[in-house]
Amino acid sequence: MAKKTTHSVAERDARTQKKIVELAQAISRMTLSGREPQLSIPTRTKSNTVWNRKKGILEMGDATADRPLFDLKTAKQFMQTMLHASTIKDLIEARKTSSLRGVFYKAKHTVAGTKENTFDTQDESDPILEDLEVALAALREELHVFAENRGSMVGNITIVDKGDEIDCRRMGSGGYALPSIVEPDVIQFKKCEAKFILHVEKGTVWNRFNEDRFWEKHNCILTHGAGQPPRGCRRLLQRLNQELGLPIICVLDNDPWGHYIYSVIKQGSISLAFESTRLAIPEAKFLGIRAKDFRQCGLDDAVKIDLTDNDIKRAREIAAYPWFEGHKGWQKEIQAMLTNGFKMEVESLITKDISYVSEVYVPERLKAKDWLD
Amino acid sequence: MDAVSETAAKRRKGATAEEMATRQRDISVSEFFAKNRHLLGFDNPRKALLTAVKEAVDNSLDACEEAGILPEIAVIIEDLQPDRPATAKSSRYRLTVVDNGPGIVRKQVENIFGRLLYGSKFHRLKMSRGQQGIGISAAGMYGLITTGRPMVIHTKPKAGSAAHHIELAMNTKTNRAEVTTDDEVKDFPPARLSAITPGTRALVAEGGFLSPETFRTGTSVSIELEGRYQRGRGSVDEFLELTAIANPHARITFVPPSRDAGADDDASVLAHAEASAATKATATTETGGVVIYPRGVQELPPETREIQPHPKGIELGILLQMLKDYEATEKGSLFTFLQERFCRVSSATAAQMCKAADATSRTRAGDVEAPQAEKLFQFFQDVKLPPPPTDCLAPIGVRQLLAGLLKGVSAEFYAASSRSAEVYRGRPFQIEAAIAFGGDLPADEPARVIRFANRVPLLFQQSACSSFKAVLETGWKNYNLQQPRGSLPVGPLVIMLHMASVWVPFTSESKEAIADYDEIRKEMKLALMECGRKLGTYLNKRAKMRREGERRDVFERYIGEISKAIGAITGEDAKRLYDALHAQAKRKTAVADQQLDEDGKVVREQEESDDDGVLIVPSAMGVAEDAAVLEPVVAAPAPKARTPAASPPKAARPAPAAAKPAAAKKPAAAAPPAVRPKPAAAAKPPIPRRPSQDGPTLF
Repeated sequence: MAKKTTHSVAERDARTQKKIVELAQAISRMTLSGREPQLSIPTRTKSNTVWNRKKGILEMGDATADRPLFDLKTAKQFMQTMLHASTIKDLIEARKTSSLRGVFYKAKHTVAGTKENTFDTQDESDPILEDLEVALAALREELHVFAENRGSMVGNITIVDKGDEIDCRRMGSGGYALPSIVEPDVIQFKKCEAKFILHVEKGTVWNRFNEDRFWEKHNCILTHGAGQPPRGCRRLLQRLNQELGLPIICVLDNDPWGHYIYSVIKQGSISLAFESTRLAIPEAKFLGIRAKDFRQCGLDDAVKIDLTDNDIKRAREIAAYPWFEGHKGWQKEIQAMLTNGFKMEVESLITKDISYVSEVYVPERLKAKDWLD
Repeated sequence: MDAVSETAAKRRKGATAEEMATRQRDISVSEFFAKNRHLLGFDNPRKALLTAVKEAVDNSLDACEEAGILPEIAVIIEDLQPDRPATAKSSRYRLTVVDNGPGIVRKQVENIFGRLLYGSKFHRLKMSRGQQGIGISAAGMYGLITTGRPMVIHTKPKAGSAAHHIELAMNTKTNRAEVTTDDEVKDFPPARLSAITPGTRALVAEGGFLSPETFRTGTSVSIELEGRYQRGRGSVDEFLELTAIANPHARITFVPPSRDAGADDDASVLAHAEASAATKATATTETGGVVIYPRGVQELPPETREIQPHPKGIELGILLQMLKDYEATEKGSLFTFLQERFCRVSSATAAQMCKAADATSRTRAGDVEAPQAEKLFQFFQDVKLPPPPTDCLAPIGVRQLLAGLLKGVSAEFYAASSRSAEVYRGRPFQIEAAIAFGGDLPADEPARVIRFANRVPLLFQQSACSSFKAVLETGWKNYNLQQPRGSLPVGPLVIMLHMASVWVPFTSESKEAIADYDEIRKEMKLALMECGRKLGTYLNKRAKMRREGERRDVFERYIGEISKAIGAITGEDAKRLYDALHAQAKRKTAVADQQLDEDGKVVREQEESDDDGVLIVPSAMGVAEDAAVLEPVVAAPAPKARTPAASPPKAARPAPAAAKPAAAKKPAAAAPPAVRPKPAAAAKPPIPRRPSQDGPTLF
């Protein structure tokens, strides 16, 4: 099994490398034949995403944007794309991986004869890498680039990470840190007893559940994605869902941001629409916090946070997403929040009792199957 | 006296009507102006000196032009109290203005110099500098009041014979001259003047000052007066500078007094050229303290015709007076009166007019009753008439405007436009505008507006002047200039406006500002917009070139990195890729190159230039680089680009050499190798050559 993996990785690397060389050769041909060099990059914008109703996921459309060299607006990006392409080829050749930040530093230098840097900040570099992913139709791990670890996991499951067996019941207070690459060649599921996954928005809430041994009592896996879950976290959730058939239950804030996180987990994001088939979990469920909870749980006025103008605008946008548009439950939910005029964080349940969320709220709702999907 | 005031007088036991009557008498016009001398421009010593110069020079230019002589004018100011304390507010000066005009016949001398409101120009509708016949005699009167000294006049109306030497003082009570000296001298121009300073002596030796050959006829006027000589705005220097601009056909020499009253360093008002061998012929120069404003064009302004008033331009009272005058002199019919005393009245129109006034064509002008005249007047307003003829106007002309500005203002871009004649209150007028931009002009100050009426510079009351308002109302932002709301545009800009008319409507007798008639302001704005558009086009093109230059910079910066990256991926020769990319970058930004070839060339005048009224001095551009209105330049101009500009930009100016009329026609023609008539290249200035043609060195 391990041998096969190595083989397929080598094959995959050769494929990626070939794609990079072909890209560079195309530019070189244009240059030498006197044509204007230009890159063609699939657009990662909302207008170029298509809602696949049947699959319940967001997919990337066919639109591409030209990135000509001889245009002031795109000249620098053109150069940056080529620099990253060269860096990645080196990484693959050396059979090494690098963080996003590492790639940024590798390509960052002063342009010869000037005082200008090729890249000034990592914020400039990361989108260029995403451009390359879509332009080469290669995933980030295929480019040997990874993001920082983000998010944690505990629960009744045992996995193998790069050959090390990890028992997620014995992860102490911190949990298993979710790596950015969780493909089957890196992580395999060895043994799973859990019946579902409880995914919470952030570490503080996750700590509450972990401390109260929620996963033990309810036989589940407990994860968080530190806000908007990174690709590693989403990919792992999807694998757990598809390979082990575990349902995903989300506990997120009652605000447009929480709704959006749910939307991303469920149908994928706009900028990573090309990876939706690997990331989206159409059957993910939204358990709370719900707009009705303020009354239902008898919360104190102090937990209310006024909706800002921006929140209201955002909420309306989300309500208009095609996958929410025809969904009565969600329309009601968003409208209820707007009618409330305030938002609530998961932590607001602490005002009832420190363990109210883990011992009363979530168990009751799970039992009642009171969720949105 | 009516009953009411009589009763009032009795009640207060005051003067009776009879007593008052003994004190009521004529006021002489000269008495009036002696008391109200500020009305004529003699409000303070500095302005008084300027006004005196202005009146004398205006008269000289008018006289020369009317006689068809290319004007040659010398202005000499002697300081008669050179030892006065430094704190003295004013001093006594002797101002002498000598011209090579036709001279004045002996019997007219007293009238011209010794009476206010006496002259040839008031009663006619003809374009001239003077209008009222107040100027020079008022200057003499002012001198007499402040110093008690008479005016000294030398005039030589006949080339072969002796000159008259007359000294006269005005009697302000009678508005008549009292002659104190009257003899004939051989000495003209007065030899004393030639030897006033070492500078004049040197010039005389070269034949460049008061040479008897040039001054075969002419007039010299000397006035002693209390004044103050100080350079700067509103000074004699500025006046002469501007006069030279508007009168490129005149040659003016100026001998200033030895002492400047103010420690004003800002000697030159406009950034004018420094003296150098190459520019001597065209630009203002100074030798041994004598300032020479050379002649820029060799032709006199076209001769103008005198016109009769236009029916639409007169008032009812004037019409009545004209009828009376006609009866007194001609005793003719209304029909002939209308045709003879007005312009644009054909016999058919005259017949119509007679009918409208309930008169026949044989009705005598003297028999027209007031109600009839009123009907006639009303008819004037309603009838359709062609506008007055315009051959009474002598605009400066686009070419001459450019020549004038070129010699007076050191800039990079010049544009001029001359509108066709229009009419206000039945009087024809014509507006001309010109602008100079860039070069040595200060970049971040409000534009300088220079105003002229019938070629006479207007130095005061700028904000009251129609032309100033026209400048403010023009949207300079449309032409890529900055313009704070309701203010002058800001930038290295000189704006010149000229109004030519048979009767310029001044706001006061001192002729400092043009009255704000809508028709006039509208024309001014149109003329300014025309110039503005030309400037806007030029600035756009210049900015575009700069942008292209910057673009190439950007591309050149990146293609090194790109070719290395591609080379690293594909294993190709990076140098070969670089060369191919570089060739493409060059092609893509070819506009930036077009002017690089022009480096070191002097003036390029485009073929359309004559119609276009545009003149570009690329060599002045190096200086304008810092101009605030323009986009910042990324690449610093290389030393190489500086070299041609380093030999003073002015040296590179075209030389409409005084001896060559052709040069005047096309200023650039004097420097043939520099001329590159290239219509397509219109208004494309060079940009500084970049440090390296090959971009950053990479290999």
